[in-house]
Amino acid sequence: MPDSTAERTVKLVNPQGFHARPAHMFMKLASQYRANVEILKGNEVINGKSILDLLTLGAVNGTTLCLRAIGDDAQAAVDALSELIESGFGEMPGQTPS
Amino acid sequence: MPFAAGYWAWEILEKRNMKFSDFVSVAAIKADLASFDKPGVIRELVLSLTAAGAVKQSDADGIVAAIMKREELGSTGIGRGVAVPHTKHASVERLVGTVGVSSEGVDFNSLDGDKVQLFFLLVSPPDRPGDHLRALENISRQLRDETFCRFLKQAKSAQDIHLLLEEADNNQFVA
Repeated sequence: MPDSTAERTVKLVNPQGFHARPAHMFMKLASQYRANVEILKGNEVINGKSILDLLTLGAVNGTTLCLRAIGDDAQAAVDALSELIESGFGEMPGQTPS
Repeated sequence: MPFAAGYWAWEILEKRNMKFSDFVSVAAIKADLASFDKPGVIRELVLSLTAAGAVKQSDADGIVAAIMKREELGSTGIGRGVAVPHTKHASVERLVGTVGVSSEGVDFNSLDGDKVQLFFLLVSPPDRPGDHLRALENISRQLRDETFCRFLKQAKSAQDIHLLLEEADNNQFVA
C-alpha cells in the first residue's frame, strides 16, 4: 500500500494533561504502527514515538493538538491515537485515577 | 484597571517557561547517589529534600510511599538514562524538586531497559497540574540536548550540577 497522510485535531480532555503516563501510553500505541507519527502544537512538530519529545509538549487540559501520521497505516494510527486522547487516557472522573 | 493588570500578570506567570531554578532545591542536589536500587534512590532523594528544608521530615515517609505507588503504574524511567520520579502531595504548597546523579546507574525498569543515571524528583501540590507539566516540559526539552545530558552524567559535585542547571536556564544548551 502506498504511503498516505492522515491528520486529525483533538482536544486533551483529561484533567491532568499530557503528563508522563499519558505520554508513555501514547508512545506505546504510536509505536505499534509503521507510520511516522507527529504532533503539531503551535509552531512545533514533535515525534509521537519519542517520550522525551511528547513531554516537551507540556500540554494542559483543554489544549488542542493536531495529530499527523505518514505511512501505509496512517489513518489507522490517527484513529487509534485520537481515540486514546479523547478517552482521557483512562483518567476521566469515574475512571481509575492515575 | 487593577483587575485587568493583575490578570495580565497572572497570565504571564502561567505561560512563561519554567526554569530549573523555579523548582530545584539547590541544597538538595545529590552528585553521587549511594543507593543502588529504585526504593533506595527515591528515599535518598526525598531525604535530601527534607535535609534541605524543602519538605517536612514528618512527610518524608508519605512522599516516598506515594512516589513508589506512582512507579507501580509504570516506571518514570523515560529512557536515555533519565528518570522523573514524582508525586502529588498535599504537604507542599508549591512544586519542589531535586536532581540526583548516579555514576554507576540504577536499575529503574526504565522504558528502554537502560540503567538510570539522572534523576529529577518532583513533588507537586495536588491542585497545580500545570506546574508539574511545565516542569516536565522544561526537563525533557533540556534533556533532548545530548551535551547537557552527558555533562550532567559526568558531574562530580552538587556545585557542578547546579552550574549546569543554571547554564540550561540561561539557554546555553537549547537554541
